[in-house]
Amino acid sequence: MTDPILTVTGLKKTFDLSQPFLTRLTQGGGRKYVHAVDGVDFTIPRGTTLSLVGESGCGKSTVAKLLMGLTQPSAGSIRFDGHELAGTRAGQPPAVRRRMQMIFQDPYASLNPRWRVARIIGEPMKSFGTHPDPVARRKEVDRLLEFVGLSAADGEKFPHEFSGGQRQRISIARAISTKPEFLVCDEPTSALDVSVQAQILNLMRELQRELGLTYLFISHDLAVVNYISDQIGVMYLGRLVELAPADRIFAAPQHPYTRLLLDTVPDITMAHRDMDRPAGEVPNPITPPSGCHFHPRCPLANERCRTEAPVFRAHGDSQVRCHAVQEGRTDPMPLRKAG
Amino acid sequence: MTDTTQIKTTPSALTRLWNSDVAWNFRRSWTARISSVLILILFAAALFAPLLATQNPYDISQLFLLDSELPPAWIEGGDPRYFLGTDEQARDLYSSILYGLRLSLIVGFASVALAAVVGISLGLLGGFVGGMVDGAIMRVADILLSFPAILVALLVNGIARGVLPPERHADAAIWVLILAIGLTNWVQYARTVRGSTMVERQKEYVQAARINGVSGMGIMLHHILPNVLGPVLVIATINLGMAVLTEATLSFLGVGMPATQPSLGTLIRIGNEYLFSGIWWVVIFPSVVLVALVLAVNLLGDWLRDALNPKLR
Amino acid sequence: MTLLTVENLTVAFPGRSGTVNAIEDVSLSVSPGEILGMVGESGAGKSMTGAAIIGLIEPPGRIAAGEIRLEGQRIDTLRPDEMRRIRGRRIGAIFQDPLTSLNPVLTVGEQLIETIQTHLKLPKDEARARAIDWLRRVGIPAPEARIDTYPHQYSGGMRQRVVIALALCAEPRLVIADEPTTALDVSVQAQIIALLRKLARETGVAVILVTHDMGVIAETADRVAVMYAGRIVEVGPVAEVLTAPRHPYTRGLMASIPRIGARPDVLPQIEGAMPRPHARPAGCAFAPRCPVRIEICGQTRPDLTGHATRSVACHLSEEVPA
Repeated sequence: MTDPILTVTGLKKTFDLSQPFLTRLTQGGGRKYVHAVDGVDFTIPRGTTLSLVGESGCGKSTVAKLLMGLTQPSAGSIRFDGHELAGTRAGQPPAVRRRMQMIFQDPYASLNPRWRVARIIGEPMKSFGTHPDPVARRKEVDRLLEFVGLSAADGEKFPHEFSGGQRQRISIARAISTKPEFLVCDEPTSALDVSVQAQILNLMRELQRELGLTYLFISHDLAVVNYISDQIGVMYLGRLVELAPADRIFAAPQHPYTRLLLDTVPDITMAHRDMDRPAGEVPNPITPPSGCHFHPRCPLANERCRTEAPVFRAHGDSQVRCHAVQEGRTDPMPLRKAG
Repeated sequence: MTDTTQIKTTPSALTRLWNSDVAWNFRRSWTARISSVLILILFAAALFAPLLATQNPYDISQLFLLDSELPPAWIEGGDPRYFLGTDEQARDLYSSILYGLRLSLIVGFASVALAAVVGISLGLLGGFVGGMVDGAIMRVADILLSFPAILVALLVNGIARGVLPPERHADAAIWVLILAIGLTNWVQYARTVRGSTMVERQKEYVQAARINGVSGMGIMLHHILPNVLGPVLVIATINLGMAVLTEATLSFLGVGMPATQPSLGTLIRIGNEYLFSGIWWVVIFPSVVLVALVLAVNLLGDWLRDALNPKLR
Repeated sequence: MTLLTVENLTVAFPGRSGTVNAIEDVSLSVSPGEILGMVGESGAGKSMTGAAIIGLIEPPGRIAAGEIRLEGQRIDTLRPDEMRRIRGRRIGAIFQDPLTSLNPVLTVGEQLIETIQTHLKLPKDEARARAIDWLRRVGIPAPEARIDTYPHQYSGGMRQRVVIALALCAEPRLVIADEPTTALDVSVQAQIIALLRKLARETGVAVILVTHDMGVIAETADRVAVMYAGRIVEVGPVAEVLTAPRHPYTRGLMASIPRIGARPDVLPQIEGAMPRPHARPAGCAFAPRCPVRIEICGQTRPDLTGHATRSVACHLSEEVPA
């Protein structure tokens, strides 16, 4: 394994959703917390892609915000290339910050509607001081626009003149403008149409190859994740339940939740499966089930699952957080289909 | 791997404005065109008052007391030199209206500007910073709103008069008025801007700016401010009408512009006292002009609000 | 006989720079009990077609040409109050966002009962019994207790089930479902799809399922119509269209969807982007992006040709083996 560029250990983020003090006093009721991220560990080797998948409330977007310093962890450590990223973005030295960038999900909200595109792309260069001279900066902006498949003349336009896919290209141009090494991508293709999605995914793969980028890719779409990832982490209600190389996850998923996800993804090649299996829904993150959070929906849950939270442990190539797996109660998943 | 974008030369800002939806809406709307023509006429009249007026009504040397209380020129007894008649001090009403309009508009614009600057700043601050700062600003706003604007203006006025020596009252009147009206009207700007700021603050382009190390102040001024100014324009336009009316009310009550520098409201007050002696023109004409101004401004403001409302497009 | 026929439908929006046709010359048919999928990118016109059928085109948009017939009767020329009676009773609707589809200040029961009473003219207690029965059929546990709860007390998936019940309780012949699963989690999506299929089979209602997600179409629909730039470019049974697409756009689309299990080095993609309604080129709208275009494609627009169950709008389709 090449040297890790990012190591996350015991990362936690708890949000306090309690009512104001006076309301609690008069109406009763205790404090309410949401453990959005509940002890997450992973390592990303340089030049590879780790994807985090999960459904609503699993905490993957919060992990993204924690890594970028948009919010502070409640506990745990984030080490980027040897530097400890404690605290907020402002507390991290600029030299480190410049090397980490982010691409967002909503192409309509991630660009300032009142700014011209050239100014948007040039902002990181200006604020990190990589290109203080405006003329040089503009030249670099033009070069970036061409690099992501737009044209230099597009720098004079406003975001609303572009389609969703083009806006994501602008976002990508902005993100790579300071020559970062690490990119957090928060569902960058979820808001795009399928045919545009392919363009953006291809662009991102090409950029990774040419610029040696490391990605943390967040998505709910397993097929997209399959195409772009080296490692995949499955999250459920704030916990990583399985972390494995991409082909392992699809060929031999261990955790019952991973299996459920794979089973329920609508598949264009498997028409009309019978999927009337009751699978429940993701519970409210404020009051998660006790023990293993997945036990109410799990066909393999036993008494221990209800009371004791499982520990993240290696199981072959994968790491799994599941009593059933660790007790050997799961049968190997039949290969979903060949190829 | 290119994207098929059509490359066009970028039009200038003015061209973009002319081609925009708002301009197109304007060209189609009767009320917008009529009210803006009216406003332009009134603004021009006020601006060029010294040129358009037949006399300077504040210069006592230009007044001939024998010409006092003359009716308008088309009525028997009138004098063509004094087109709309004269008041009890032989001041030409037409000229007085021009100068009065000027004062009314100056006070109106200045107070709106003051209210906007204060309101936008506080709204941005409160919406962006949140927490106790926001709470404090909103509580001050709530308290201010629970007082009728006229009363607050009277209060400010009274304090000013108490502080200033009597000979300065007349000069200071205009500033006191601007201050009084401006300080009572900032709340609506603050509220709107605060709401919009809180929405924009959550958007991803603000997060991107934070990631790129832009300071809080930088984000507020360069990122958020341009995006929250839209509704402000509408508020300011409608507010202008209200400010002019408030000034007229204060002057009518005797605590606004003095008789030596009358605004439209003062003129109405003066004329009111003589109404029952049959001298109707001193009240009617300034009132008509005042109503026309406020009506035109309000109509334009209403049109602007609908034209800028993205949901109605 | 077919339940719904749409012939040469065109919906126009007068705008600043002239009239823009959101959809043009759209023809399709739905048989009783069949699930027809309408798939395409955003702006292709699939939601617009659904809205036109159900009579919800907002002015200044209007139906500029074509006919819509429900069970032989023309419905595109009806007056608003007549259309209102049809909406709900004979055509039901399921929209994307379950949060805004339900009235937050009424209980679930009140909304169901109101719909049942309005369209089926049943007395209150019988309507209530039916409402409870519908809740059970859509899979809401303990329906007798939950009928008097409010929408905000339900989770997203449960709410969408209620919306389905609401659409079906008036016993319509046709249901238009516009992106019913897009706002839901993946695992819930599967359940809702399965539910929709089951209920369609049980009640014999026809469904027009509008979505951009090919996977949902594959799992749910019997036939699929692919839309591009306001027109239908391909129609046919789902298995055929998805495994052996004949229109270059459909082929490109199917190739560009990432699959689980396959990891190509480069994902096949379609260059460029779908033209917006006011900027559609002459000839075939897909020609600028088409890898197999020939000269005629830029000049003449291809018509939808084929037979009743399988048709394509492409000049090259005769040469491609079926």
